[in-house]
Amino acid sequence: MSQAPLLEIKHLTTKFSTEQGIVKAVDGVSLHIDPEETVGIVGESGCGKSVTAESILRLFDEKTTEYGGQILFEGRDLLQLSEEEMRKVRGNRISIIFQDPMSSLNPVYTIGDQIMEAIRLHQRASRRQAREKALELLRLTGISDPERRLRSYPHELSGGMRQRVMIALALSCEPRLLIADEPTTALDVTIQAQILELMNELKEKLRMGIMLITHDLSVVAQMCSRVIVMYLGEVVEEAEVTTLFDRPLHPYTSGLLKSVPQLDGRRKQKLYEISGAVPAMHEVEACCRFAPRCPFATELCRSKAPSLEEAEPGHRVRCWHYKDIQANGGGSDGSGLLVTA
Amino acid sequence: MGPAYSSPHEHPLLQVEHLSKTFRVRSRHGWRKEQLKAVEDVSFSIYEGETYGLVGESGSGKSTTGRTILRLTEPTGGKAFFQNEDIFSLPSRRLAFLRKKVQMIFQDPYSSLDPKKRIWSSVAEPLAIHKQGTRKERKERALELLGRVGFSSRHMDRFPHEFSGGQRQRIGIAKALALNPRLIICDEPVSALDVSIQSQILNLLMELQAERGLSYLFIAHDLSVVRHIADRIGVMYLGNLVEEAPTDELFARPLHPYTRFLLSAAPAPHPRLKRERIILQGELPSPVNPPSGCVFHTRCPYAAEPCRQVKPADREVSSGHRVQCHLYGD
Repeated sequence: MSQAPLLEIKHLTTKFSTEQGIVKAVDGVSLHIDPEETVGIVGESGCGKSVTAESILRLFDEKTTEYGGQILFEGRDLLQLSEEEMRKVRGNRISIIFQDPMSSLNPVYTIGDQIMEAIRLHQRASRRQAREKALELLRLTGISDPERRLRSYPHELSGGMRQRVMIALALSCEPRLLIADEPTTALDVTIQAQILELMNELKEKLRMGIMLITHDLSVVAQMCSRVIVMYLGEVVEEAEVTTLFDRPLHPYTSGLLKSVPQLDGRRKQKLYEISGAVPAMHEVEACCRFAPRCPFATELCRSKAPSLEEAEPGHRVRCWHYKDIQANGGGSDGSGLLVTA
Repeated sequence: MGPAYSSPHEHPLLQVEHLSKTFRVRSRHGWRKEQLKAVEDVSFSIYEGETYGLVGESGSGKSTTGRTILRLTEPTGGKAFFQNEDIFSLPSRRLAFLRKKVQMIFQDPYSSLDPKKRIWSSVAEPLAIHKQGTRKERKERALELLGRVGFSSRHMDRFPHEFSGGQRQRIGIAKALALNPRLIICDEPVSALDVSIQSQILNLLMELQAERGLSYLFIAHDLSVVRHIADRIGVMYLGNLVEEAPTDELFARPLHPYTRFLLSAAPAPHPRLKRERIILQGELPSPVNPPSGCVFHTRCPYAAEPCRQVKPADREVSSGHRVQCHLYGD
């Protein structure tokens, strides 16, 4: 694709000062999202996927947070904008929805008041126009009886309905980019299916890009065209979605894929395990960050950090040994450990 | 490989018959008391060494079912027999028997661990409550169990907050094993864990079962996880057990329209697989004043006249495959 990306992040670092010292939650992340594209960001808790997302909107307290790198969006570097300019981007050009809609909805205002407020904050609209627009948004997100819902309070709605309201709210200003941070994790599978379908429909209709943050690989499989895998603040692999599922190159990615029980897999089999757990951010050393948990790690991995390398067009990986591992069939065949001598 | 559990001819370890649990709640407007039917007329059995999976959406009554078996909430109807003992009519002073033999693992192990106790002491706590062994013996047993679930001696004196979610779940498992139970009720034991940790815990549960001949009641909403670990599965909808079958049979031949819907909703695990999705009308009805007749009729695409009026009976359509649906066979 030759068109300019909708969002381009270059070498983003996000550092927090904490009582334990400086923590680099995001360390040199580069990625892009094209217009009308859904890109998945996957990784486990603590990998920096949510921090990356919230850095785009600069949601952290800037007294204790230091950003580095560039976040290019609509020709501007968001990290250089003033707070006032940034406010015009948030919820207007770029919207975000979270896992728990209850924490983003105000319990003492009606759904209608909250959507109308968002509309009037960013657009010139009378109360009546805002109300019309709010109704239209509720209809768009498939909420039945929108007239009544406009007068409902958040606690009167089910979890799935609240997430629909959040999506309506996020879409109120027709953003170009929607960031969805685990939007269906708290929902039942049946409701999850509805919400994901809704997001897909709306993406087509409104022609926006979606950054979908999730730990659920099957959600990625169903929704995304490209996937970025993060581990401990870094991108470890990036690929087009079918490539990633067919030929994962990073041992972490293939480990993740293998450790999930499959609906068509052999039952009661011992599942693949990635040994150990994600270490704390401040314990990270100057080496491959996955080395302590990697079955293929060598001296090289433990002493020098690999860089993100283009293995084939559009497929990037951060691993010293991905070629050997691939050649030995240790990637995705599920055969488990294969220790390179 | 045959099923790991005993044949159905044998006597079940746990037999639940017509279990009901109704909560009295205050109506939304006013003071009138209403009845919330959390579990309604649920029957199932669990055999020695078997894993029985219970699936359903939130509010389907699967956790309440688990809790009533331990009498953490008192059932309002039905009977249950554990090792032939009628557990719903045990006087409270004899509940100790039940709570030695049946243990529970929770989604959030943190809530069942005392933050001010060293982990070995938490694991030894059930032994102390049931007055087993000397303090020294209890500590030894706790250390042995913690060792079994993957801790080394340097961890034993630490506190729960020093551990990750996966490690805490291991502590919870060690604690549940302390009294040598026969049945463990696992209520969403891996749903709060990261993918790579989830497989470690599932493997551990499967190993412990093989070693000790444990039975599990495995409550979860993740179908691929339940399919992997369970021998038989019961599907719950709005407090009713609408279908039950051996795992492979349920996935190959789901009979209840709700089961089919649930299976179709799970996202396919590979981008090239697209699942034919069944779309259902409406939302889950409230368990306060649930629908008349078949509880699923308000959302069922095939609902006919009898479904609205008559509650379908439990029908065994093939060996071990039960379904509550008027339309089956029509």
